[in-house]
Amino acid sequence: MNKANIVIVDYGMGNIRSVHNALVRMGSAVSTSHLAEDLLAADALVLPGVGAFGEAVANLKARGLVEPILEAVKQRGKPLLGICLGMQLLADSSEERGTSRGLSLIPGEVRRIPVPSSLRLPHIGWNSVTLRRPDPLFSDARDGDAYYFVHSYHFACDDADIAATTDYGGDVVAAVQRGNVFGVQFHPERSQSKGLALLGNFVNHVNRTCMEGAPC
Amino acid sequence: MLKKRLIATLLLRDGLIVQSFGFKRHLPIGRPRFPIEFVVKWDVDEIVLLDMSASPQGRGPQSDVLEILSEYCYVPLTVGGGVRSVDDVRQVVRAGADKVAVNTHAVARPELISEIADVFGSQCVVVSMDCRREADGRYQVYTASGSKPTGLTPEQWASRCASLGAGEVFLNSIDRDGSRAGYDLELVQRVASAVDIPVIACGGVGNFGHFAPGILEGKASAVAAGNIFHHIEHSTIFAKAHMLKSGIDVRLDSQAKYDNREFDEDGRLMMLSADHLAEIEFQRRQGGERR
Repeated sequence: MNKANIVIVDYGMGNIRSVHNALVRMGSAVSTSHLAEDLLAADALVLPGVGAFGEAVANLKARGLVEPILEAVKQRGKPLLGICLGMQLLADSSEERGTSRGLSLIPGEVRRIPVPSSLRLPHIGWNSVTLRRPDPLFSDARDGDAYYFVHSYHFACDDADIAATTDYGGDVVAAVQRGNVFGVQFHPERSQSKGLALLGNFVNHVNRTCMEGAPC
Repeated sequence: MLKKRLIATLLLRDGLIVQSFGFKRHLPIGRPRFPIEFVVKWDVDEIVLLDMSASPQGRGPQSDVLEILSEYCYVPLTVGGGVRSVDDVRQVVRAGADKVAVNTHAVARPELISEIADVFGSQCVVVSMDCRREADGRYQVYTASGSKPTGLTPEQWASRCASLGAGEVFLNSIDRDGSRAGYDLELVQRVASAVDIPVIACGGVGNFGHFAPGILEGKASAVAAGNIFHHIEHSTIFAKAHMLKSGIDVRLDSQAKYDNREFDEDGRLMMLSADHLAEIEFQRRQGGERR
């Protein structure tokens, strides 16, 4: 079987290299691209992200990448994994530095984390997660496993779309899943062995999907 | 619960990782790849890589070097040294860094902090502050590798940075650097209570028992050290085992646990007693006979 072709969406402000390294290490055929045709030819997409929401959306639009992403994911049913800001971009909108519209792949809004004054923002560091839907991303994880988070905003979405939560002054969404759309608020590429395992699960999921559907 | 972080500070000088003593003397450790690989395997939570040759040589961080190093780094990586513009940050992030540390150029032009935060978010900006306790007992911030006084108190500068959009403060003590006397807890407390953003304590760790007070008394969100992590196998796991013993919630994924072991004052693992080893041997043989 040929390996499924995973494309990391390069919109000029992600931590592309570390995501790329981690996916390669987990045995994926992976490339990085900012071209619409590559995104449409991919078997799966990864939307990384370090930065501010508004700037990210502006960059995606300026490169003409919004339509290809939506087509690949909605029309062609390709799996997509959003990481950190990349997960937040899946939402309808964000209130970070003024309101901006997102990709609307998972209904919900990105809001500042409501923390009591005793807790600091950004929420930075390793926090343990509580799993709600372990399959497929967390299939070998356990409740209480810690991943690396760094964010001040969180994805407020329907309970049905939540795959895992973490606790920071209350439940904060740690992972989302709706059909073929996945997102993790933490950085799996920076969460050492547990994070690499999660990326490995995504790669396996994509390979499985690929085998069942059209040949890769 | 959010875990307390243990951070390895790796100092690069002319391409080699060094140990630092009082910001003056430096002992070479070797090429950067290996210390990075080691501490990542040994459960370190983050790496702060500071290129001390950058500013004196009038350049920013070297993204070609970073690209190679980030390949071995599966924990968050903060990179500092000579960062002076949003373009520098873009290069560093593209090369694989998660955050940048700004120091000298942020004091010279504080808007740099908000410029970076506007593009990359606050979480990407770590303000690195080198502080000295003066003869009269007051604290002052220094720049240019601890050589230039700024007239700023650490509290003043930290709150200014926070209001400009900095995400974290990396707080180093010049007097404690390489002293093995432990953190300057008063300095850590002062800054941690002056700002709402996380404060990382650094400077002075001489044994593995020095980490816990940085969090319990200093109220830091994370503790960092450099020198102590070199030349000791499993050094960062030892550090975390000590923190756990002090009741601090840390991530310890490694199979190697040292929670029942004793360490000497230099942080070296004490040998198990002859009685204990005899007991293990006895049990092993008993198990063998039963089979």
